[in-house]
Amino acid sequence: MSHSVHSHPQLDVQIERKFVPKAKDLGPDVSWAQINKDVLRSLEKPRPAFWIIFFSALALFSFGVYCEVYQYQNGMGVADLNNPQVWGLYIATFIFWIGMGHSGTLLSALLHIIHADWRKPIYRYSEAMTTFTLLTAALFVMVHLGRVWQFYYVVAYPNERWVWPNFTSPLVWDATAIGTYLTSSLLFLYMGMIPDLAICRDNARGARRALYKFLSLGWQGTDRQWGNFKVAYMTMACFLMPLAVSVHSIVSTDFAVSQNPGWHVTSFPPYFVLGALYSGCSGIITLFIVLRYVFRFEAYMTQPILNKLIKMTFAIAMVWTYLDLIEYATTWYGSDEVAKADLVYRATGDYALQFWGMIFCAMVMPFTLLIRYVRHNYTVLLIISLILNLGMWLERFQIITPTFAKSHYPWTWTSHWWPSWVQWGMVAGSFGWFTMLFMLYCKIFPSVSMYEVKEMVHEQNLEGKLAQPVSEHAHEAGLPEGGQA
Amino acid sequence: MSLSNLIQNWQMFRTRRPYEDQYKDAPYKWAMVIDLDTCIGCNACTVACYAENNLAVVGKERFGKGQAMHWIRIERYWGEGEEMKTDFPERGAQYLPMLCQQCEAAPCEPVCPVGATHHSADGLNTQVYNRCVGSRYCSANCPYKVRYFNWWNYPERAWPNPLELQLNPDVTVRSKGVMEKCTFCMQRLRAGMDKAKTDGRILADGEVLTACAQACPTSAITFGNLADKKSKVARMWKKQQVDLAKNVQDKTEEGIRGYRVLEELNTYPSIVYLERLRNFAA
Repeated sequence: MSHSVHSHPQLDVQIERKFVPKAKDLGPDVSWAQINKDVLRSLEKPRPAFWIIFFSALALFSFGVYCEVYQYQNGMGVADLNNPQVWGLYIATFIFWIGMGHSGTLLSALLHIIHADWRKPIYRYSEAMTTFTLLTAALFVMVHLGRVWQFYYVVAYPNERWVWPNFTSPLVWDATAIGTYLTSSLLFLYMGMIPDLAICRDNARGARRALYKFLSLGWQGTDRQWGNFKVAYMTMACFLMPLAVSVHSIVSTDFAVSQNPGWHVTSFPPYFVLGALYSGCSGIITLFIVLRYVFRFEAYMTQPILNKLIKMTFAIAMVWTYLDLIEYATTWYGSDEVAKADLVYRATGDYALQFWGMIFCAMVMPFTLLIRYVRHNYTVLLIISLILNLGMWLERFQIITPTFAKSHYPWTWTSHWWPSWVQWGMVAGSFGWFTMLFMLYCKIFPSVSMYEVKEMVHEQNLEGKLAQPVSEHAHEAGLPEGGQA
Repeated sequence: MSLSNLIQNWQMFRTRRPYEDQYKDAPYKWAMVIDLDTCIGCNACTVACYAENNLAVVGKERFGKGQAMHWIRIERYWGEGEEMKTDFPERGAQYLPMLCQQCEAAPCEPVCPVGATHHSADGLNTQVYNRCVGSRYCSANCPYKVRYFNWWNYPERAWPNPLELQLNPDVTVRSKGVMEKCTFCMQRLRAGMDKAKTDGRILADGEVLTACAQACPTSAITFGNLADKKSKVARMWKKQQVDLAKNVQDKTEEGIRGYRVLEELNTYPSIVYLERLRNFAA
């Protein structure tokens, strides 16, 4: 609207007549000082729910550690893995966590590149989610290795025996891609925080002040610093977006490269990337509701923003559904009899419950997002976002398990496999580990981007002014350098 | 870590195996023929393998969980068709000894992240225990499911003192967390090949046998050197019209009963199975 006003000032009158006030992303009464105050308060005094969540997560994580120690001491056998079922929940949950990470980058990088400003209050915690989910996923790679103490063999490290990893193996691609992605997203998260860390530094004392002082790298907010910052941030964003797409594509090649029925599918890379974005968006909705309550971010995590997030989630869910159905269709009408039998086994065999559960949770449940009541009732929405992610977890489970259960060779077809408590404990522990890290992060670092919310408020005020019938000169005068993201 | 080393070996990744006359100039290419018609399912091969290769006996419970370590296993099949119903129980199960097929284009090889499983010069699919990190990707990708993982710390559990004295000193006892599989009795082959090399000759046919072939009471397992055109194995392969580098048999002759398991996956196994003959009329 503002653009029309400013490019065609002679049409002002007509446009104004059609002007319908849309819901703004942020409320009208958010001042810059209030933003600082609210976000800094989140570092000091969250609601008691914070401690409940944190200590529950710590308890879960401790149990996961116990399981890992138990498995480390006794061998992988305690996980009840066996000959056809060599991967089990570990790899399924690994893919799940890798996938969770992707939407953070979508929000922080892609939406930054295309100037979708509604991302600003929520991208910071999404990016943190990316970093911590990647850490969690990396944990599963370790947990599932038979000789975890030799994990560095997978990395091309200098050694005097001239031994390289095997570059034809998708696992080496995995290690490289995930390592790169983790490093880059950590850098991206940190870099985006620098101006906010400076605000924290100016308002903290004691050990925290020393920490923020060290991390804010002497940020003063000068024009030169802002200029460099914007360029560097945009460059990072452009670098990160293709990286995010490549990472889950590479994870999908773990399966697509193989000949196993149900894995040997050409459409796996886009299918995996979309699945990743889907579960990531659901995760962002979950954390949106949690953070909004725990840290009293009601003024920043508003309904219009949530609506946009939900719209995006729904669109991604539909594309994912389409790709999933495509996969079934190509298998069904294809000539690979074994893959077809595997598909039938998935839907009707030992793991049919998980299959139909996946269909219900991940394909049918997103339609509830179309209901206005669901979008506006945070409790219901929280449950639904968790259900969506449960569906995505089941999807990963039923990629791994039925394929192993009914592969090419009939000798293994008799196995009725179910994971042991050690595996479940490790899965639970991973959720604890993620939540613990994430909550700690939100307590120590600003989980809402202060400077970008200020930009948003500024632009909204600007738009509000421009919506008034004013002359074009007022617009030019009102836009300072750096106001545009 | 030398980059030139990597570049030199790059060709290794780019060569499509198997190719025509791959073992033309090589002294050895180990291969096998298993005659299902003579196999009586006595499990002698399995027992011999356990003794020869220090395989861990895992016990009933873990066997039931699918954690057994038998490098060669006797699979029993009861068919589902109408003719099979009349076949059973008078004639009993049909047996299939399954061991690592030592594929020429092995699905396990390219996926190992650390290169612990690789192709040897004499056509064996070898497993380097020291290098293995236990990602189990090879097993996930093996269509025959003949790779066995050390789920438990068997050196402690399977041979309590003084049972460790029964171990074959020529064979590594594998530790917890590594993958292992049939080696075609690598230790016997290596000893034999070294001896022959000292004498300035190549191994004669039948001079070295795998433990399973040696133990088979009905000589269902024939083991030998496929590169030696006069060896029994090479002659049997030729008679069955199986070519190592071809995924489709010619089958122009009458009475051909040789096939390779899951040939359609283009793994080019080194083991030919001879179909069981059945007289349904009787």
